[in-house]
Amino acid sequence: MQSGASLRRDPSLATALGGTAARHRRERVIGAVLLSAALLTVVVSTLIIVSLFGGAVDFIRQIDLGTLLADGWYPRRGEFGLMTLVAGSLLVTGIALLLAVPVGLLSAIYLSEYASRRVRRIVKPILEVLAGIPSVVLGFFALTFISPVFVQRLNPGTADFNLLAAGLGVGILTIPLIASVSEDSMRAVPAALREASYGLGARRLTTSLRIVVPAATSGIVAAVILGISRAIGETMVVAVAAGGSGGAKFTVDPFRQGQTITAAMASLATGTDNVAGATAAFQSLFFLGLMLFIMTFVLNQLGDIFVRRTRQQY
Amino acid sequence: MTTATRTLPRTIHKSGGADWRGVLFHGLLLVSLLFSLLILFTLITDVLMRGLPVLQERGADFLTRPTSSSPARSGVAQGIFGTLMMAVFVSVVAFPIGIMTAIYLEEYAPDNRLTRFINVNIRNLAGVPSVVYGLLGLSIFVLALGPLTGGRSMIAGGLTLAALVLPIVIITSAEAIRAVPRSLREAGYGVGASRWEVTRLLVLPNAAPGILTGTVLSLSRALGETAPLLLAGAVLGGFSIGSRSFVEQLFSDYTVLPVTIFDWSRRPQAEFRELTAAAIIILLVITLLANTIAIVLRNRYERSW
Amino acid sequence: MPSTLTAPTDRDDGSGSLPTAPPTSATRGVALRIERTAAEPLPGGAAGTDPDAEPAVDLRGVSVYYGSFRAVKDISFEVPPNAITSLIGPSGSGKSTLLRAINRMNDLIPGTRFEGEVLYHGENLYADTVDPVEVRRRIGMVFQKANPFPKSIYDNVAFGPRINGFRGKLDEVVEGSLRRAALWDEVKDKLRQSGLALSGGQQQRLCIARAIAVQPEIILMDEPASALDPRSTLQIEELMSELKKNYTIIIVTHNMQQAARASDFTVFLNMGEDRAGYIVEHARTIDIFTNPKNQLTEDYVSGRFG
Repeated sequence: MQSGASLRRDPSLATALGGTAARHRRERVIGAVLLSAALLTVVVSTLIIVSLFGGAVDFIRQIDLGTLLADGWYPRRGEFGLMTLVAGSLLVTGIALLLAVPVGLLSAIYLSEYASRRVRRIVKPILEVLAGIPSVVLGFFALTFISPVFVQRLNPGTADFNLLAAGLGVGILTIPLIASVSEDSMRAVPAALREASYGLGARRLTTSLRIVVPAATSGIVAAVILGISRAIGETMVVAVAAGGSGGAKFTVDPFRQGQTITAAMASLATGTDNVAGATAAFQSLFFLGLMLFIMTFVLNQLGDIFVRRTRQQY
Repeated sequence: MTTATRTLPRTIHKSGGADWRGVLFHGLLLVSLLFSLLILFTLITDVLMRGLPVLQERGADFLTRPTSSSPARSGVAQGIFGTLMMAVFVSVVAFPIGIMTAIYLEEYAPDNRLTRFINVNIRNLAGVPSVVYGLLGLSIFVLALGPLTGGRSMIAGGLTLAALVLPIVIITSAEAIRAVPRSLREAGYGVGASRWEVTRLLVLPNAAPGILTGTVLSLSRALGETAPLLLAGAVLGGFSIGSRSFVEQLFSDYTVLPVTIFDWSRRPQAEFRELTAAAIIILLVITLLANTIAIVLRNRYERSW
Repeated sequence: MPSTLTAPTDRDDGSGSLPTAPPTSATRGVALRIERTAAEPLPGGAAGTDPDAEPAVDLRGVSVYYGSFRAVKDISFEVPPNAITSLIGPSGSGKSTLLRAINRMNDLIPGTRFEGEVLYHGENLYADTVDPVEVRRRIGMVFQKANPFPKSIYDNVAFGPRINGFRGKLDEVVEGSLRRAALWDEVKDKLRQSGLALSGGQQQRLCIARAIAVQPEIILMDEPASALDPRSTLQIEELMSELKKNYTIIIVTHNMQQAARASDFTVFLNMGEDRAGYIVEHARTIDIFTNPKNQLTEDYVSGRFG
C-alpha cells in the first residue's frame, strides 16, 4: 500500500467504495427475510417428525404390544393387527405396479423412441392431465366403473368394494409418474449410442430394447421405486374403493374388502365416534403415519440414488 | 448400389418384407399409450353421463345449497366456498414463502452445509405422502395451535394445504429461476447492480412465467387433495354456518369439494352416486382449468436462450 | 448519493491531469510491420508505465483459486490510465479469471478465493470495507457474448443510471452513451425496440453503451469481439481506441492481431506446470510483438504454440 499511488489516496473514495448504509441495510434485511422463509421449510419438517414420533410413542406406551399381532385392524376394539394393513398396502401396490410398470414403460419407450415431436406435444400434456386428476375422483371411478365393469366380470360375486379395483385405480394414478421418470432417462441416452446401433443396421425395435432400455436401466429402476412410493402413499382411491371402513380382517385376496395403511388413517379420521384425545385409536393414526413416512422416505432416497446415477452416467 | 445388392442380399430382402416383430412392438407401444388416453376419456365420459343430468335438472340450486342427508336437497355450496378459500390460503401463504425460499436458494444462499441441508430437506418434504401432512395439520394446526386457529377450522385446513404445496412451489420456482441464463445476471452485476436489484429487475421478470406455471400447477394439486383435510378437520356431511360472519367462518367448521365427494361416494343411496358425479364435474372443471392454464402458459412462454 | 455519479470527480482528481501519452494509435494496424530500430527503453522498473502517472489499477500478488485449483498465481502489474491493455495467452492461462478479479466478478462464482491486492487510487478493492457493487460501478464490464437485457434499447442503457438513483435527464445520458458507443445513428429511431433484435455487433456496442452509461473509470472487456464477424470486430476496435480518451480499457483477447492492432500495452500470460496462469512478459504492445524479451512470448506471438 505504501507506493507512489497511495500518496494520492482520497479518503472520500474509501468511503464511497464502502457503499451506502441504506443499501447495505436493505440488502441485509432482504437476505434475512429470504433466509427465514427457507428456514421455515426446516421448521415444517421438524414439526412433521416431532408430531409423528410424539403420537407414535404415546400409542406404543398405551397398548398391549400383543394387539399389534391381532388378526385384523379394528382400532376401536383395540385390535391393531398391523399385518392386515401391511398386507393390504403391499397387495394394492403390487396390483398398481402390475398395471403401471408395463403401461408406463412402454409409453415411455414410445414417447422417447418412436413419437414425432407433434405426437409428444399432444400426448405429454394429456398424461399430465391424468396425473392431475384428484385421487378421490379416481377412487369414485374405481368404485363405480372399474369394479362393476372389470372386476365383477372377472370374478362374479365380488362385492362393489374390493382391493383389486382400488389397486387398479392406484395403478392408473401411477402411470404418468413412471412414464415421465423413465422417459427422461431414455431421452438422456446419448444420440451417438442410437446412431451407432442404427449404423450397424439395427432396427428401431432392436435399438430400443437392446440399446436404449439397458442404457436407461438406472432411470427405469428409479421410476419403479418412485412409483412404489407413490402407490404406498396413495390414500383416497383405497379409502373410497376398497371398503373396510372401521376396520378389516387380514386378507391377501384381491377380491375382498380390505384396508391399507393410508386408508386406515383416512378411516380413523372420519369415524363417527370421531377419534380424538388420548385414546389408543387416535394415537394409532400417528403410528401409522410414522410407518408410512419411514417407508416412503427410504424408497425416495433409494429412487434418488438411481436418478442421480443416470445423471452421472452421461 | 449393385455391389450392395450382391453382397447383402439377405438384409435388403428382409427390410423389404414385413418386419412383423417390429410392427407388433410398435402396436404394443401404441396400445400402452392409448390406454392412458382411453382411461382419461372413459373417466370423463362416465362422470359426465352420471353427473350432467343432475346439473341440468338442479342447475344453480345444486351450486347454492349446503350438504344435506336428503339427496334432492343436497348441494355443493359449502364445498365450493371451502375449496376457493383453500386456493386463497395457498396463494397467500405458500406462494410467497415458496418463491422467497426459491430466490434464497438460487440467488442468495452460499454453498455451505446449511444450504445443502435445506435443499435436501425440501426434496424430502416433496416426497412425503399427502396424508402425512394431514397429521401435521391435526397435531399442530388443529390441536397445538387450536386456541389460535379455532381447532378444526378453515384456517387449520388452509395452513395444512399451504405446507403441503410449499415444497412443490419451491422446487418449480427454483427451476424457473435457474433457467434464467447466468449472462443476464452478470450483465446486471457488471453495471453495478446489487444482488436484490439483479434479482428483482432481471431474474424475477424472466423467471415469472415459469414460476407462475409451477404455482398454478401446485394450486391445482392442492385443490384436489382430500386426505390431509380429512385429518385436518374438514367436515364430512352437513353442517350449519348459522349466521357467522366471513371472519368467524375462517375460525369454524368447513369442508371442501373433494371431501364432499368422498362423503357422498360412500353413501348408500343410489341418488348420491349421481350427485357425486355432479360434484366431480365441478371439481374437475376447477382443477383442470388451473392445470390447462398452467400448461398453456408454459407452452407459450417456453423459450430457449 | 455518493455513488457512481460522483466517480467522475474522483477520476478528474486522479487522472484528469495525467498526460495521455502512451504509444499513439498511429501504430494501430501496422504494428507488426514496423521495424522498431531503436526500441525505446521502458522508463521505470515497472513494465511500460510512465512513473509519474498513477496507474488506473494496480494488481499486486494476485492469485485466484477455484476450490483447491489455483487458476492464476502471484500476478502483479500496473494498468496505465487512458490506454488499452490487452491480456493475451493460451487457453487456460487464466486471462478471463484475472480480468474478472479486477472488478470482483469472481465473487459471484461460488467457491472462488482471492489472494493479493487490487489497488485503485490506493484503495485495495478487496478490503473488507469495500462493497463489490461500488467496485463494479467504477469498473464496468463487457462480456464475451453480447448479453443485452431482454428490454428495449433505451432501457438497456438506462438500467445502470436508474439503479444508481440518477436524477438528471436520462434521455441525455442514453443518447450520450449510445453516441460514444457509435451506435446512436443506427438505433435513434428505434429506441423502444428490444435490444435483442439488434445484430451481434450492434448488441455488443449496446453492451458497451450500457457500461458507459454508469460512467465508470475503467472498462473490462472479455473477448468482446470473439463472436463477431470481421467488420463488426473492426468497428469494436475503432470504438475502443476512441473510448480510451476517456476510459482505461483492459481487454482479454484470443486474437493476437487484435491485441497488436488495438492495444497499447500487452500482458502475456501462460499456464504453468501446475496449470496456474502466470505472467511471462508485460510490455508495450509494440515491444511484445516486435521485440519480445522472452522466448516463450516470441513463440506465442509468432503462432508457434497456443
